[in-house]
Amino acid sequence: MIETDQLTRRYGNLTAVDALSIRVEPGQVLGLLGPNGAGKSTAMRMIAGFLVPTSGTARVCGHDVGREPLQAKRALGYLPEGAPSYGEMTVREFLQFIVRMRGLGAEAAYRRYDAVVQQLQLEEVLELCIDTLSKGLRRRVGLAQAILHDPPVLMLDEPTDGLDPNQKHAVRQLIDVMARDRTILISTHLLEEVHALCNRVVIIARGRLLADATPAELEARSRYHGAVSFSAPGSGMSQEMLGRLPQVAAIEVDPLDGRITVFPKPGARILEPVETLLREQGLEVSEIQLERGRLDEVFRQITTGGDAAEGHA
Amino acid sequence: MSPVNAVLRRELRSYFVTPVAYVFLVIFLVLAGILTFYAGDFYERGQADLQPFFTMHPWLYLILVPAITMRMWAEEAKGGTLELLLTLPLTLWQAMLGKFLAAWLFIGLALVLTFPIWITVNYLGSPDNGVILAGYLGSWLMAGSFVAIGACLSALTRSQVVAFILTALVCVLLILVGQPQVQDFFSGTLPRKLINAVAHLSMLRHFEAIARGVLDTRDLVYFLLSMAGWLIAGVLLLDLKRTR
Repeated sequence: MIETDQLTRRYGNLTAVDALSIRVEPGQVLGLLGPNGAGKSTAMRMIAGFLVPTSGTARVCGHDVGREPLQAKRALGYLPEGAPSYGEMTVREFLQFIVRMRGLGAEAAYRRYDAVVQQLQLEEVLELCIDTLSKGLRRRVGLAQAILHDPPVLMLDEPTDGLDPNQKHAVRQLIDVMARDRTILISTHLLEEVHALCNRVVIIARGRLLADATPAELEARSRYHGAVSFSAPGSGMSQEMLGRLPQVAAIEVDPLDGRITVFPKPGARILEPVETLLREQGLEVSEIQLERGRLDEVFRQITTGGDAAEGHA
Repeated sequence: MSPVNAVLRRELRSYFVTPVAYVFLVIFLVLAGILTFYAGDFYERGQADLQPFFTMHPWLYLILVPAITMRMWAEEAKGGTLELLLTLPLTLWQAMLGKFLAAWLFIGLALVLTFPIWITVNYLGSPDNGVILAGYLGSWLMAGSFVAIGACLSALTRSQVVAFILTALVCVLLILVGQPQVQDFFSGTLPRKLINAVAHLSMLRHFEAIARGVLDTRDLVYFLLSMAGWLIAGVLLLDLKRTR
């Protein structure tokens, strides 16, 4: 479990993290989402015990990071931003250094080491210097380092940054597998990642918590939520008909590809009436889609913050 | 294995993986030899001891120790590995101690590798090997103090060059402070007592006392305290950086 209470960090006049209180339970994968410079990394550094908070506290598995740093650090697997590691060491040397630092017993260490190396597909690069590895491989070495002691709490700062789609998929699967009984906090600015990984999202900007919700709840805030879109040639007439449906609030036509998006009135379901209408009109519809809502739109709306108050869930 | 040990081993290994260790060893041994035999009048003195050899050590350390210690923390701060290291379950003390011991042991190794000079002097005459042993001990203690200074000042900055220059500067001050020329220079302007008190901080004075074969507790305490002091300062600096 990760708990922060009014966690605050100031650099001179700049408040990087502003009274951030979050609580992540076992089994949760919390995505810390925010634009660059929002304070994601600073918050994580304080939870990991690297930076001392200006005020407020952070706890990992009940251990106050300030008062019981060693217990907190033992419970935590942490991938810092950019996955730093000692470049002059080989992958094997580096991971064995971590094993020693973590004080793992010989027997357990070997079993765990082998398992992690296999999980992250590092077998072939074990004897290579970390300096010579690609960005993606280095990220995987960083991940291996973080999960080597099988921690109950995992905190990953942009874990898939710099990975190709296949590697991203592999890392997400790994996190998915680990998520079952662990507390996981990841930071990201990739919205697709939130869909793929997280069952909860916290959005922060300028150090402040602006939203705390499930991905579905966030999508529901999008004006696209529940909208129906379709492409149909020669649908000029049907637009007018659609506009007369009692559930429909607005209609937009994409000027590029002519795709029509029909927005519902709040709470209304419009897929069925729209389909029925189209069928009655005998319109040839190549494909029709019910939109879940667009996270990027919600993200933009929340973080560029016209009204932050509305963002609070 | 304890975290201190793990850090120590990692540091030592990194010396030998990068050329640092070999460059240091070669330069140290070559310079120690050249300075002893040419600049130190090893033969002309006609005495079977290693006085000229040990006299050169403070000056060798002045250049070579900062070269070893400058990367100690500065490199970690710059490369981001400091965040990795300090979020592993170890205290700042353990990290500092591991790094310090690695550098100190490494210089100990360099000292051990000067054994051909010891063999030479034993071949040429019959020196007092007890005094020579004391000389080695004093030299190693002095090196430890220099390393502690370097460890502290490397924690101060992300720039290795700055760490090098600051360390060399502090070391040269501590060498020179007890020299008669320096004392004479200040004798007109500063009170006698202050000059004498400051002179007691001189590395050279304590080192030369030990190297003469006189193992005075005060000299040992001086070196041990100065190591402890600089290491504590270094740990405090690192801790301060986490809050700033």
